[in-house]
Amino acid sequence: MPGAGLDHSSTQSLGIGAAIIDAGKAGLLALGLAVPILALRTETNLENQLILRERWDYVAIAVAVAFFGRLVYLMIPARRAAPKARSLTFNGSGIARAVAIIGLALLIVYPFLMLLLVGKAASLKWIDNFGIQILIYVMLGWGLNIVVGLAGLLDLGYVAFYAVGAYSYALLAANEPIKQFMADMIGPSFWPLWAFWICLPVAGILSAFWGIILGFPVLRLRGDYLAIVTLAFGEIIRMVLINWIDVTNGYAGISGIPRPSFFGIPFNASDSGFSAIFGLEFTPLYRTIFLFYLILGLALLTNWATLRLRRLPVGRAWEALREDEIACRSLGINTTNTKLTAFAIGAGFGGFAGAFFAARQNFISPESFTFMESAIILAIVVLGGMGSQIGVAIAAVAMIGGTEILRELDWLKHVFGASFDPVQYRMLIFGLAMVLVMIWRPRGLISTRYPSIYLKERKSVSGDLVKEGHG
Amino acid sequence: MEYFFQQLINGMTLGSIYGLIAIGYTMVFGIIGMVNFAHGDVFMVSAFIALIFFLFLTQVLGFGSLVLALLVVLLLGMALTSLWAWTIERLAYRPLSGSFRLAPLISAIGMSIFLMNLVQVAQGPRNKPVPPMLNDIIVLRDGANYAVTLSYKQILIIVTTTVLLIAFSFLVQRTALGRAQRACEQDRRMASLLGIDVDRTVSLTFVIGAALAAVAGLLYMVHYGVVNFADGFVPGVKAFTAAVLGGIGSLPGAVIGGLLIGLIETFWSAYFSIDYKDVATFCVLAITLIFLPSGLLGRPEVEKV
Repeated sequence: MPGAGLDHSSTQSLGIGAAIIDAGKAGLLALGLAVPILALRTETNLENQLILRERWDYVAIAVAVAFFGRLVYLMIPARRAAPKARSLTFNGSGIARAVAIIGLALLIVYPFLMLLLVGKAASLKWIDNFGIQILIYVMLGWGLNIVVGLAGLLDLGYVAFYAVGAYSYALLAANEPIKQFMADMIGPSFWPLWAFWICLPVAGILSAFWGIILGFPVLRLRGDYLAIVTLAFGEIIRMVLINWIDVTNGYAGISGIPRPSFFGIPFNASDSGFSAIFGLEFTPLYRTIFLFYLILGLALLTNWATLRLRRLPVGRAWEALREDEIACRSLGINTTNTKLTAFAIGAGFGGFAGAFFAARQNFISPESFTFMESAIILAIVVLGGMGSQIGVAIAAVAMIGGTEILRELDWLKHVFGASFDPVQYRMLIFGLAMVLVMIWRPRGLISTRYPSIYLKERKSVSGDLVKEGHG
Repeated sequence: MEYFFQQLINGMTLGSIYGLIAIGYTMVFGIIGMVNFAHGDVFMVSAFIALIFFLFLTQVLGFGSLVLALLVVLLLGMALTSLWAWTIERLAYRPLSGSFRLAPLISAIGMSIFLMNLVQVAQGPRNKPVPPMLNDIIVLRDGANYAVTLSYKQILIIVTTTVLLIAFSFLVQRTALGRAQRACEQDRRMASLLGIDVDRTVSLTFVIGAALAAVAGLLYMVHYGVVNFADGFVPGVKAFTAAVLGGIGSLPGAVIGGLLIGLIETFWSAYFSIDYKDVATFCVLAITLIFLPSGLLGRPEVEKV
C-alpha cells in the first residue's frame, strides 16, 4: 500500500534511507491532494466565464512541506518517549489559582491600562474588539462547557440559544406596544433606560425555556445522534429567523436596538447623561468601558454559577453522567432530567450572552448565528479542555484574540502580496487545531482532572482512566 | 397531475445524489460506528475537483466530446477524492480509534471546517458557475398547460446512479472485500482474529464512500451548474438524514432514504414553501431519530454493558 509508513504506530526509528523514501511517499500524496485544489484556481473573467489560473508554486510548497515535515517527524527519535509529561497539572493547583487571580486583576484594570498605553482614540478598538469580543466568547465557552464539558453532551447548535437570547432582547426592547404601555404606566423615559436590565433576565429565561423545549425530545439519544440533531435545531432556528420576515425582518435584521444604560443613566451628551452627571467630558468611550465591565460581570457570573453547580447534587450527577451513563442509570439518576438541566442552564447563559451581544451591536441579523459560530464556540471548549474553566478562558483568548491579531498583521501583505488576507486563514487554523488537539491531547490544553468532591484527600484523576461521553 | 409527475422526476434526480452521498455515511457508521461529519465536505471537494478537471479538459486541452470529457472527469474525480478520504482517515480518524467516544466526531467536525476553508482560501468564496450542458429535454407527456419533461441531465444522473449502485452492491455482496467489510461490520475483533486486515478494510470503506461521493459531486455540478465552497454542509446533513431515515448501517436503506429525502424536499418546495425546504428535511431528521431511531431498514441497536 502506498505511504504505509504514514501509520501512526510506526515507533521504531527508521534508517535515513527508509525515512527519505517514506517522506517521498508523503510528498507524492501531497502532490495528489494538491494538484486539483491548489494548482488550478477557478476565476471569473470579464465575460463572467470561469477560467483557470495555474499556480504550480503552491503545489511545490505543499509537497515540500509534506516531504520535509514527514522527514523531520521521522527523524525525531524520542518523539514517543515521556508520555507522562504531557499532562499539565493545572486545575485546582496553586498555579491555576495564581493564573486566575492574575488574569482577573489584569481584566479589571485592562480598560484603563489601554487608555494609559495607547490613548483615548486607539483604546476604543482595543477595549471593544479585543476585550469585549473575547469576553463574549469566554462567556459562551463557559456556557457551552456546562453542556459539553460537564454533562458530556455534544451540542452543535449552541448558537441557536445565543440567537434566541439576542432576538428576544431585540424584539422585546424595540417593541413599540411594550414601549407605549410602559410610557403610559410609568413615564416615557422609563423603558428606553431600563429595557436592557429588564429584558436581559427575560432573554436568558426564554433561552433556557427553548433549551428545555428542544432538549426534551432528543436528550435520550446517544452522543453522536444528539450532536447532529442539535445541529439541525440550530439550522432550523436560523432559517426561521431568515424566513419569518414579519417578525424578524429576515436577512435585513433588526436595527435600533436600545443600548444598556448605566443603571438608568444613559450614555449620551445630554444634561442627564452619564458624562454630565459625573462631571466628565463626553466621549463614547465610557459606554464601551461600561460594556466591558458588564460582559466581564456576566462571564464571571457564568463561571461562579458553574463552579457552584458542580458541587450541588445536580452538578455531580452531570459529571457522573459524562463518565458513564449506564452506571448512572443503575444508581437511580434520572438521566433525562439531569441532561435537561444541563442543557437548559447552558442555553440560559447563551441567552444572556446573546442579549448582551444584541445590546452591544445595536443591530442583529441571522448572519451572526451560523453553524460556524457554533463550531468556533465548540472549538474553544474542546481546545481548552472539556470541563476546565480556566482552559476554556485561555482558549477563547488565544482563538478570538488570535483572530483579531490576524487582522492587525498588515505587514504580511508586503510579504505575500496585496491580496493576502490573514483573516481568511483563521477558520482553517481552527479546524486543523481541533483535529490536532483530538489526536495529541484529547482532553484539551488542560487535561488533568480533579474530582469536584473527594474523600479525605484530593487526588488527580488521569484523563486516560475515564471514558467520556460514553453511552 | 402533470405537475405531480414532473416533481416526482425532479425528486428522484435529487434523491439519487443524496443516496450516493448517504452510502458513504452509512458504510462508515456501520463499520466503525462514527458519524463522518466531514463526508459532506469531501463531497464538496469532489465537486470542485470535477469542476476544475472539467474546465481543464474543455478549455486547456480542448476536448470536443462532452461525454468523453465527463467520463474522464468522473474517473479522475473518483481517484483523487478517494485519495483525500484515505488521507483524512489516516491522519484524523485512525489515531483516535482508542480514544473516548466523541473524539472522532470532534475530529471530523474539525476536518469539515478545515476542508471548507481550505477550498474557500484556495478557490475563492464566490459561486463557480459552470457553462450549461446537457440541456436538451424529452417531452414525456404534453398536458393541457403543463408538459412533463425529462432532461438529458436527469437521465444521466438516474442512469449513472443505477449503474453504480448495481456495481456497488455486487462489490459488497460478491467480492472478498465486500465479505471482509461485512464481517468487520458485524464484529471487528472477531474479524481480525480470523485474519482480516481490519485497518485496511476500514480505509477501503472510506475510499469507496468517497468514490461514490465523487460521482455525486460531478452529478451535482452538472445538475445545478454552480459550485460553492459551502455546498458540502447542507447536502451533507441531508444525506446523513437520508442514511438515518433508511436505517444507518443499511446500504439499501441509504438509497431508499436518499430518494425519500429528495422527494420530500421537492414536493415540499413544490406544494408548500421553498423557503422552508431545508427546515422540512431537518425536521424529518429529528423526528426519525426520536421516533424511529433504527430507521426504515436498520437493525435496532442493542446496548451492551
